[in-house]
Amino acid sequence: MSDPTPAETDAAAAEPADDGDASADDPDAPAVPEIELPSEAFDAVLDALADREPGKPVRFEGFSVARGTEGTDEDLPAGGADEYVLADGDRPTGMTEGDLHEALAERAAAVTDWYVFERVVGEFGPRRAFLRWIEDADGETVATRYAALAEGIERAWGELRVTARVTDRGERRYDVRHVDDAGVLVDDLDVYDDPLDARGLVTFDEKGRYRPLKTALSLAGGWVFPDLSPRDLYETVETIYPATVANWHREREGDLDVTHWRETMERQSGIYGVVKTWDRGEGYEHVNWVAEACCDDSQCLKRREWQYDDETDLDVDGGDGVFPCREPCSVVVSAARKWTRLESEQPRTYEFDLTPSEKEQVEAIIDAVADGRTDEIREADAKEGANRYRTRFLRAKLFDEDGNLGGVPTEPDEE
Amino acid sequence: MQSLVIVAHGSHLNPESSAPTYDHADTIRATGAFDEVRTGFWKEEPHFREVLRTVEGDEVYVVPLFISEGYFTEQVIPRELRLAGWDVSEWDSDGLSADQATLVAEDIDREVHYCGPVGTHRAMTDVIVRRAESVTNDADVGEGFGLAVVGHGTERNENSAKAIEYHADRIAERDRFDEVKALYMDEDPEVDDLPEHFESDDVVLVPLFIADGYHTQEDIPEDVGLCEDHTEGYDVPETVDGTRIWYAGAVGTEPLMADVVLERAADAGADLGTALDDVRETTRVATGD
Repeated sequence: MSDPTPAETDAAAAEPADDGDASADDPDAPAVPEIELPSEAFDAVLDALADREPGKPVRFEGFSVARGTEGTDEDLPAGGADEYVLADGDRPTGMTEGDLHEALAERAAAVTDWYVFERVVGEFGPRRAFLRWIEDADGETVATRYAALAEGIERAWGELRVTARVTDRGERRYDVRHVDDAGVLVDDLDVYDDPLDARGLVTFDEKGRYRPLKTALSLAGGWVFPDLSPRDLYETVETIYPATVANWHREREGDLDVTHWRETMERQSGIYGVVKTWDRGEGYEHVNWVAEACCDDSQCLKRREWQYDDETDLDVDGGDGVFPCREPCSVVVSAARKWTRLESEQPRTYEFDLTPSEKEQVEAIIDAVADGRTDEIREADAKEGANRYRTRFLRAKLFDEDGNLGGVPTEPDEE
Repeated sequence: MQSLVIVAHGSHLNPESSAPTYDHADTIRATGAFDEVRTGFWKEEPHFREVLRTVEGDEVYVVPLFISEGYFTEQVIPRELRLAGWDVSEWDSDGLSADQATLVAEDIDREVHYCGPVGTHRAMTDVIVRRAESVTNDADVGEGFGLAVVGHGTERNENSAKAIEYHADRIAERDRFDEVKALYMDEDPEVDDLPEHFESDDVVLVPLFIADGYHTQEDIPEDVGLCEDHTEGYDVPETVDGTRIWYAGAVGTEPLMADVVLERAADAGADLGTALDDVRETTRVATGD
């Protein structure tokens, strides 16, 4: 068996084989791994046939199998009542259960592919769509996918890297880890197998700080789920990034329910009811600022699909995330409550003197905090405006004993 | 397919807030009574707004992990879950008797059974007693002990005090503890003066809160005088004005809470098999030998 290169895989994909067994004739086709038909897959086929009327086929890629009809219906394949009929574009033939097993074993890739998605993954829309997307099951042939799975198919989901593989029994197994840990040996990472263990991995960032937003770009690494089943992969991803698969699925189906800013704020009550007063019918610049502050790709992995209202798009880019954000989240609503209070204040003119470098330093400090860079600034790097010594110097020079910048009180009557 | 969805407040600031929700979900998951057990939050993810779309089952039971009927159970949760036609009269409750309402959740266009909060269920009384057993490490605690059940009071929600009184009265009727009192944080009788309300030398203080956080870890310990400042910590028991106070922390962290969640779902029609017995057994306090 030759090792297919990605180029060979792509070439084969461009000319999909009809019968799933073309690789034997085509030297450029991907090398489909040898698959042994597991008894549970064969039994599932027999069960599926037993649940169907004679002549009603179970369809696999490139062929179908049905129970014999004893020739009672000339439009349907014949075969005795205790026989099976396999149709692969050629003339259907009657066969015993033993014959059927032999025939399915020869087509084990297609049969195990059916078994994985129909019996293991199941019908639930988001789970099924996600696991099919992982290996492009709606676009690629079984042969192409199995060849690619034998090599390992990699997918990104937020800060996760998912690697899908196929076993020699046609089962899918998945490795999930932080994208920064790609290429690290499993033995060098903390190994988990229960999807619910992921809850403990998402609670704190690498510095031990609580993560209130699961889709913030602060997922710590150092761990791996090296051998997940399809269902457990879905559960693990949904634990790390809750509801992202469900919303991505709805979007793919064309029925993502987006709730825009106005509608979301109108719905708020209790201590958050005040936020609706921030929208004064004077434009939506404040919401641009919110989105720039909270929803930028540097802050959240979701792609913002909500706008000011259904007629007014925000001017800020929604980002490039794989999964959508369908309404302002609770972190945004909470922050907006604070901004509603703060933004109700009127500007005042304060007078104090800064050197040009001091003005630029204030800007550098704001930038460093806003971009989360303060930890990166080296202790003795006095060229950095947000350097701690530089900032302490500025405070020593410009603050009075009450902490007022330039000695100017915040409230005029405090003088 | 039968699904349980536990909905709770959660927090943007306190990682402990969701811990009891996850713990009880795990306990229930282990019983196998539900095909799936999901959790949803007001301040964490998945949010109330999106949790139902992660649910696969066709028999869906939503149990609020909240102490009392009020703003969250009557307004916020039904609104955010998009329960069509919800009106608080669906529960026909006197503030303690909400059981369940079956409504279509518009988000998934399926019926869900929306249950009353765990805190007002009669089984919650047992959890308070169990909490007292846990903190004293004595499965027979009672004789020689007083029990203080502590809650917010009516300032924020009139039903809050009803739930406290309800359970305190039920425990008192059992004649297990020498004294049982309902105390409050923001009204009389106040928890600040706890030793004045009890004659017993030993008093177990059980706060009727779902999760440990600001109220149970900072407010109450300081108000009661277990410590000057919560950062100093305190012993269990801690002696204040001659009374040994066994501070239990939030009742919602007691493993038996999983039983109340199950009871709510059972009252709404869930088929639980032996799960109730299983949970009562697995969460039991070891009897001292």
